[in-house]
Amino acid sequence: MRPILMKGHERPLTFLKYNREGDLLFSCAKDHTPTVWFADNGERLGTYRGHNGAVWCCDVSRDSGLLITGSADQSVKLWSVQTGAQLYSFNFDSPAKAVDFSIGDKLAIITTDPFMGLPSTIQVKRIARDPSEQTSESVLTIKGPQGRINRAVWGPLNKTIISGGEDAVVRIWDAETGQLLKESDKETGHQKTITSLSKSADGSHFLTGSLDKSAKLWDIRTLTLIKTYVTERPVNACAISPLLDHVVMGGGQEASHVTTTDRRAGKFEAKFFHKILQEEIGGVKGHFGPINALAFNPDGRSFASGGEDGYVRLHHFDPDYFNIKM
Amino acid sequence: MAEVVSMADIEATAQRHGIDLSSVDLDSIQLPPGEDFGIKSDDDEDIHEEDSLEFEAGFGNIIVVDNLPVVPPEKFEKLEGVIRKIYSQTGVIREGGLSMPMNPDTQKTLGYCFIEYNTPQEAELAREKTNGYKLDKSHIFAVNLFDDFEKYMKVPEEWTHAEINPYTPGENLQQWLTDEKARDQFVIRAATFTEVFWNDPRQLMPDLVYRRQYWTESFVQWSPLGTYLATVHRQGAAVWGGATTFNRLMRVAHPQVLIDFSPGEKYLVTYSSHEPSNPHDTHRVVLNIFDVRTGKVMRDFKGNADEFAAGGSGGVSGVSWPIFRWGGGREDKYFARIGKNVISVYETETFTLIDKKSLKVENVMDFSWSPTDPIVALFVPELGGGNQPARVSLVQLPGKEELRQKNLFSVSDCKMCWQSNGEYLAVKVDRYTKTKKSTYTGFELFRIKERDIPIEVLELENKNDKIVAFAWEPKGHRFAVIHGDGPRPDISFYSMRTAHNTGRVSKITTLKAKQANALYWSPGGHFIVLAGLKGFNGQLEFYNVDELETMATGEHFMATDIEWDPTGRYVATSVTSVHEMENGFHIWSFNGKLLYRIPKDHFYQFLWRPRPPSFLSAEKEEEIAKNLKKYSKKYEAEDQDMSLQLSEQDRKKRKMLQEEWDAWVSKWKQLHEEERELRLQLRDGEASDEEEEYEAKEVEVEEVLEVQEEVVAFDLDQE
Repeated sequence: MRPILMKGHERPLTFLKYNREGDLLFSCAKDHTPTVWFADNGERLGTYRGHNGAVWCCDVSRDSGLLITGSADQSVKLWSVQTGAQLYSFNFDSPAKAVDFSIGDKLAIITTDPFMGLPSTIQVKRIARDPSEQTSESVLTIKGPQGRINRAVWGPLNKTIISGGEDAVVRIWDAETGQLLKESDKETGHQKTITSLSKSADGSHFLTGSLDKSAKLWDIRTLTLIKTYVTERPVNACAISPLLDHVVMGGGQEASHVTTTDRRAGKFEAKFFHKILQEEIGGVKGHFGPINALAFNPDGRSFASGGEDGYVRLHHFDPDYFNIKM
Repeated sequence: MAEVVSMADIEATAQRHGIDLSSVDLDSIQLPPGEDFGIKSDDDEDIHEEDSLEFEAGFGNIIVVDNLPVVPPEKFEKLEGVIRKIYSQTGVIREGGLSMPMNPDTQKTLGYCFIEYNTPQEAELAREKTNGYKLDKSHIFAVNLFDDFEKYMKVPEEWTHAEINPYTPGENLQQWLTDEKARDQFVIRAATFTEVFWNDPRQLMPDLVYRRQYWTESFVQWSPLGTYLATVHRQGAAVWGGATTFNRLMRVAHPQVLIDFSPGEKYLVTYSSHEPSNPHDTHRVVLNIFDVRTGKVMRDFKGNADEFAAGGSGGVSGVSWPIFRWGGGREDKYFARIGKNVISVYETETFTLIDKKSLKVENVMDFSWSPTDPIVALFVPELGGGNQPARVSLVQLPGKEELRQKNLFSVSDCKMCWQSNGEYLAVKVDRYTKTKKSTYTGFELFRIKERDIPIEVLELENKNDKIVAFAWEPKGHRFAVIHGDGPRPDISFYSMRTAHNTGRVSKITTLKAKQANALYWSPGGHFIVLAGLKGFNGQLEFYNVDELETMATGEHFMATDIEWDPTGRYVATSVTSVHEMENGFHIWSFNGKLLYRIPKDHFYQFLWRPRPPSFLSAEKEEEIAKNLKKYSKKYEAEDQDMSLQLSEQDRKKRKMLQEEWDAWVSKWKQLHEEERELRLQLRDGEASDEEEEYEAKEVEVEEVLEVQEEVVAFDLDQE
């Protein structure tokens, strides 16, 4: 099917997130205004105004009531999905990068960038059921990894936190004590910055994308490397299909190196790989800048990609896609 | 050479194994006898050799001048003045660097002196220039480098028989030709690695033969018959070869070197140029010709860069490589270089000029050897504002007789192009139009093997078309020309024979508006790749010239280089590191089927290993071609077996992967079930686990297996 082109952002996209039912799509971009769209037809439903810097990441609660956004304006804000009203703002001394609600939505991970001599941190905040009772206290603060932490998510049963960032190491932390439990091996692991990290639908494994031109699939409990997918371009974003044994990754030549002659040179396709056989299935072209964000609809029948070009492209799969034989 | 292990690596390894390095007494470690674990120890020969490459002593810049007049003290200063004058011409003598010892008894000089220069190069030059210098009849200078004295001292007084080493059979350096699957090898350079692979089209991937990090410091090069691989280093060049792996066969110490093999790979020419120590001097150039098998220097040439500049025009940018062009086919009989108004032809029996004289040709611009015969084609440009026409002539060696000559008028430039069997020579002539404002191009075609060497003139239909590329069919009678301006030039094919074989050139066909700017004939002829490199983004067209049809088109985006394998079965296209992205190579079959792709970052070089010419006679080859069906049966069967085997392997591998995954998933599922209760609690008892919702959905897949159309007899009247 023809992809739906969603032009609502004025700056490069940074993150995409579907709600649980798959009817809403939240997009974050460097233009300060997270936006919510109807995932079916790409119509814009509304925006969340209030941030004063690039918005890096967002998450939505299981009941689609609460949206959390992390921004370079050194704040993380809670929003009412329905009304667009800002409910609370956590303020930090450095830009916030990744946010993630826990199972049950009572806790949230927030990571902050290293800034003005401050190290990067992973913080856990308690999310109050009633926004008026919300406090800014951190339940836990983890310091340690060098450089930016580009993504941090909850492990099974909220017992662990998984993080990846500029130092190319995937780490598993104890969510209670903040202790480092496991670290990916330097040799088999990524060689360059980890740009993205996305969990499978059932939370049993996760996929990391890196500028070393590969994506890797890991066991979420043991941090065993299961699969490696090698591409020809730096990977900025990756996602696991909830329906089929497919993974998708996107990226491309860095914006500053992009050729002026031919868009094929930049490799701005979203590439599909077979999750188990690690073989390339196909690609979806369209963006004329690197892909920064990818997300599968929870039903696995469509996916969205966001690019450096400022567009969100919403792709509904053709029937052929479900019949691909490997 | 041992792989270098850095201290940091060692420490990292130690840490991984939980060893505290400081607690280990390294001296107490003893290796079992005869085992070095790949670590070369200091007293190993190899390392010593390496060291001796560098300059040993600090006296390289001192020369000793002998046979000076013996003079009393009053004439001392005069003599010193004379010597100083002579030796300041070749370099700057160091302050206090001239010393003339005196005999304390007689108060006279001893007849020799020491001169110290700033650099060894200057000293070497002074030795060359003034050894044998006649001061007067009885005083002929004998000049030596100070460092050489020790060497001369060691020469034993009495002549002894040279020790004859017992003969040890060498390795079969052509083992690779006996590959059972008749595969070809290629070498690639990517990042710090140099790797040699078999091209294995049946497996659809290359098969590693040898890999080495930091094998070369700039480039690698096969010898023309594929026996050797040469690597280039700061200290010199090395030649490698062997039956199954690559061993160093020869090493040439020659700093900052360029190399070139003779076509029969008997000789290796190396070239280096030194920065002059005195900025007013020109670059010093040293050329050595080595015998590849013995490593002996057969002849060296020294001089300044101007002398070696091509075309005698004293090019500012230095020399054009190769300086020496080899002639006379694979026998390596002659080599020649161009100088001011001369072409110097040397023969390899004595490594001297033929007849002790260079070939005098006024204003010669360019020359080119026939690839098979000792014939040289020369080009002399127009002189005296057109009064004296430009000229192309063919000269036979060693007799130096002119076989044929052709005068050409209003010529701006000429390019000579031989067919690979030396049967034809095409001279591309750029002429001025009457107004002298623009040029147009025509071809002069020489038929070398026919009596009196007839010449034919060929002009394109549209005379003003620019010639983009020209190429002879190897071993054939056809050639291809890309001509035309603009982004879509035309490609024409011509034959040196017509239908009636009357020895007239005729056009076969013209392909209109092709995206191509380069021509690559298959080494066996018949097929050609029309390629659009660089600006055309790597468009490829595989064209059959016998049938005049396009076999396939393809694209290797951004391709920079194309090379046919020596048998003409495969084509390699590559993107080298001139581009930042897309680096790597593709292998195609001759008919344009993409076989496999290998991406490699920082890709520098792709070279097929050349093969020596076939031993089959032309008749035998023809016979094989005729009965190809008979021969090919065997190989087809092998191919089939292989592909069956491969698909079997592939299926097994996939099955295994799938099983592995399923096992992993089931393990996970179990854990997931166990945790269900806990998860429910976390969600305040909210029941639905999302995964269940999706499990319930069933995907219905409809597949049409067969559609059959049947005409059923139907009688309308019955109704």
